[in-house]
Amino acid sequence: MTTGPTASPGSVVDVETARRRGWGWLMLIPGMLYLAVFFLFPTVQLFFTSLYDPSGSYDTGYAMTWHFANYVDAVRDSWNLFVRSFLFAGIATAICLALSYPLAYAIAFKSGHWKNFMLVLVIAPFFTSFLLRTLSWRTILSDQGPVTSFLQTIAILPDDGRLLATPVAVIAGLTYNFMPFMTLPIYASLDKVDQRLIEAAGDLYASPFTGFRKITFPLSLPGVVAGTLLTFIPACGDYINAELLGTPKQYMVGNRIQSAFLTEHNYPLAATLSLVLMAVVVVMVVAYVRRAGTEDLL
Amino acid sequence: MAAVATRQPVGRWLADHVVLLIGILVLLYMFVPIGYIFALSFNQPTGRSATAEFESFTWTNWTTICDPDGLCDSLQLSLAVSATATLLATVLGTLMAFALVRHSFRGRSASNLVIFLPMATPEVVMGSSLLAMFVSVGFDSVLGFITIVIAHVLFCLSFVVVTVKARLSGMDSRLEQAAMDLYANEWQTFRLVTLPLAMPGIVAAAMLSFSLSFDDFIVTNFTAGQSVTFPLFVYGSKLKEFPPQLFVVGTLMFLVSFVFVIAGELWRRHRAAQ
Amino acid sequence: MADPARDLRLEDLTKRFGDFTAVDDLTLTVPQGSFFALLGPSGCGKTTTLRMVAGLEDPTTGRVLIGDEDVTHLRPYKRPVNTVFQSYALFPHLTIFENVAFGLRRRGVKDYRQKALDMLELVQLAPYAARKPSQLSGGQQQRVALGRALINEPGVLLLDEPLGALDLKLRRQMQIELKRIQTEIGITFVHVTHDQDEAMTMADTIAVMNHGLIEQIGAPEDLYENPETTFVANFLGQSNLIEAEVLDSADHRVAVDCHGQKVTVDASRSHAGGRNAWLGVRPEKIFAGTAGGDGAAGSNVLTGGRITDVSFVGVSTQYLVAMPWGQELMVFEQNTGERSPFRNGDEVDMRWSPDHAFLLDADQDASAGMMTPEDDE
Repeated sequence: MTTGPTASPGSVVDVETARRRGWGWLMLIPGMLYLAVFFLFPTVQLFFTSLYDPSGSYDTGYAMTWHFANYVDAVRDSWNLFVRSFLFAGIATAICLALSYPLAYAIAFKSGHWKNFMLVLVIAPFFTSFLLRTLSWRTILSDQGPVTSFLQTIAILPDDGRLLATPVAVIAGLTYNFMPFMTLPIYASLDKVDQRLIEAAGDLYASPFTGFRKITFPLSLPGVVAGTLLTFIPACGDYINAELLGTPKQYMVGNRIQSAFLTEHNYPLAATLSLVLMAVVVVMVVAYVRRAGTEDLL
Repeated sequence: MAAVATRQPVGRWLADHVVLLIGILVLLYMFVPIGYIFALSFNQPTGRSATAEFESFTWTNWTTICDPDGLCDSLQLSLAVSATATLLATVLGTLMAFALVRHSFRGRSASNLVIFLPMATPEVVMGSSLLAMFVSVGFDSVLGFITIVIAHVLFCLSFVVVTVKARLSGMDSRLEQAAMDLYANEWQTFRLVTLPLAMPGIVAAAMLSFSLSFDDFIVTNFTAGQSVTFPLFVYGSKLKEFPPQLFVVGTLMFLVSFVFVIAGELWRRHRAAQ
Repeated sequence: MADPARDLRLEDLTKRFGDFTAVDDLTLTVPQGSFFALLGPSGCGKTTTLRMVAGLEDPTTGRVLIGDEDVTHLRPYKRPVNTVFQSYALFPHLTIFENVAFGLRRRGVKDYRQKALDMLELVQLAPYAARKPSQLSGGQQQRVALGRALINEPGVLLLDEPLGALDLKLRRQMQIELKRIQTEIGITFVHVTHDQDEAMTMADTIAVMNHGLIEQIGAPEDLYENPETTFVANFLGQSNLIEAEVLDSADHRVAVDCHGQKVTVDASRSHAGGRNAWLGVRPEKIFAGTAGGDGAAGSNVLTGGRITDVSFVGVSTQYLVAMPWGQELMVFEQNTGERSPFRNGDEVDMRWSPDHAFLLDADQDASAGMMTPEDDE
């Protein structure tokens, strides 16, 4: 059965193809225009903002001096923030993956009639405000709370140790908030795995674990990649968890950008930090996706 | 049937079900804060309490939801913003998804990339660049409903496109050919065949949009100006008093959405069984 | 009554996809009210041709006419043509009733409700009217697809391998059913298939297609008994093709030399150009007799055969016979029970009536149209 024609250069493009192309552009234009105006343009503008002369201010205005040194200064002053952000986000992503994979696997293969219900349960926590959830963690992890007391009792924490205001709390918060983003893509990938492949593996002398390692896991990789990206990228730029569950000692790049923008009104600095963050994220994402071998995520 | 050993040692049962048990444990972990929110909604705080610890039990929070200044206003604004943003994002995104899946044209992969970029952008960056643009264009005095909606549509758009695309790619294009063979013109084909079949994907995209928008803090914080949506209200109130009614609203949000989704699922099962 | 004013005509129809020519300058006429089959292997262009008639594909050049009306560039919903799709393409979100009524409603037919119910009766699916396609079996879905198309009383009904997904028994049933419906209703059916049994059973006229071209058009018997190309000879049934040299032709008979033995072929069955040709004879037309025995007077004989394989196939026994020049010929003999079968190594003579052989052009590929393991489904 033939599908739509793809004309090679030089050949006659028939009426049908031209019509369909016309419609295609028409339907695409409004959305692309929107993205161009409200995404591409501001990003470009952000780039220019990052090159303003930092000696100006919000009140006196900024002079555009192509001050590339802003980047050097920003990285030099804040490199520890960047490292911390990627570290926290990376650890949170890893823990998230470790927790979400079994959950996704259980839903895909072991849940029987309850499959859809369990899926609802995965996203249900998101039905409350993310801030409220994070504030709850503040209560749960507080010095008088059950978790801290328990850990002190079994001597993992010293008697005057605390969870709040430590990196542990911030990472715990980050991990928690992105669980559905990790679970759902992995579930979607696992759900597509043909059970007969696993049976075939068993028929060919593979133990259940080997079957998982050689067949199921590789087939679920697209979901793992999607999930880790959907978790890591927002986590890098997050500042709520650091702010509510930590102290300035745990602050991430996002905190710095927020204060630079909204409190200090230091626009060039904020812009510079934003773009460095974005650039590093994009580079890491591209390298990661290439390595994992799944180009077409969409 | 060959005889199968019916004696199942506990160890064996455990091994078979270990994954399921872990999964359930993880689910429980995910619900812990919800439990706290629910419990705290009955809390009677004494004075200023930034960590919202348990004091005493009371029902009054539930009957005086709108007492705290600005809480219900912020809810109203959130609902209005999210509804508007969802509508716009769903329409624009669905059109784009159709264009990308059904029509071949040059620049398709470039378009895909541009659509993917907002999902890869940390919210701080998106918020700050939007704010910078609004300021430079002189909008900084009118920051409010419109700018918030603009920002929300922006980050919802990509999610809508991806969701609807996934649904469309699974659809058989021969169904539309069959419709045209049976005297339906392009518009009728779209209305009677394409749209109904794509609808579950579109609805899922709209629901996703709404949740993302309603719960958004970071981008909203940058673009809201003086307006206060519900997440902004929660964030702001941690500095002042911490009304327990917040937890009531949180619990309500959970219950309403939960009921919605369960109802949708039951309805789906009912229709499938017909 | 057949109405030439509503004949389907394809004129110089061509479809190119980039460098690939799917349909190459096709010209044919399908008489109104006939059952016409487009037969050929996968990729021969038969489905593309069908889609051009339906309007789902634009021709690169050429015309499609129904009667005098040039429909070549009309949109599908403007043509008096309906299609039964290979995968049925039933609308999954509509009931059977709504599926069948679809075309009528688009055309604004007032009493569509009654007509749809009548059609459901006709295809014996009335009790299932409120069900969705996914709740029906393959055979039932096929009948819905047929009803959905027929109800619109099109000038031409196109069927794209509609029976492919059915099991053998059901397929045979539906073949008879379709033929009966077509004869009753009198609509022109154009049936695309790769199954030669199906085409020969159902069609009044068959067009055999290969690589976008028509090899031969004619009634099933004509195509089978008197093929004009090696492709047709091999694609329909099986043929033995033997190298031959034309000696002379006189008295409506062409004399040829086959590796030193002389046989004759009726002149009307000779389609060879030059001196060299392929002598073709069907396996079921050959009688293998014990070497040296008598045969029917006037029949052609090839001597020196030796049985190398015996296969019992129930209805018949199939032999492979090695000839002195190295070729193995196929012989199918019906198991009438009159005579016990040959055994490996038996020496036999091959005889057939002069009315049963045919001559084909030597520069055609002798293996064209043969089924290979990849083609087998």
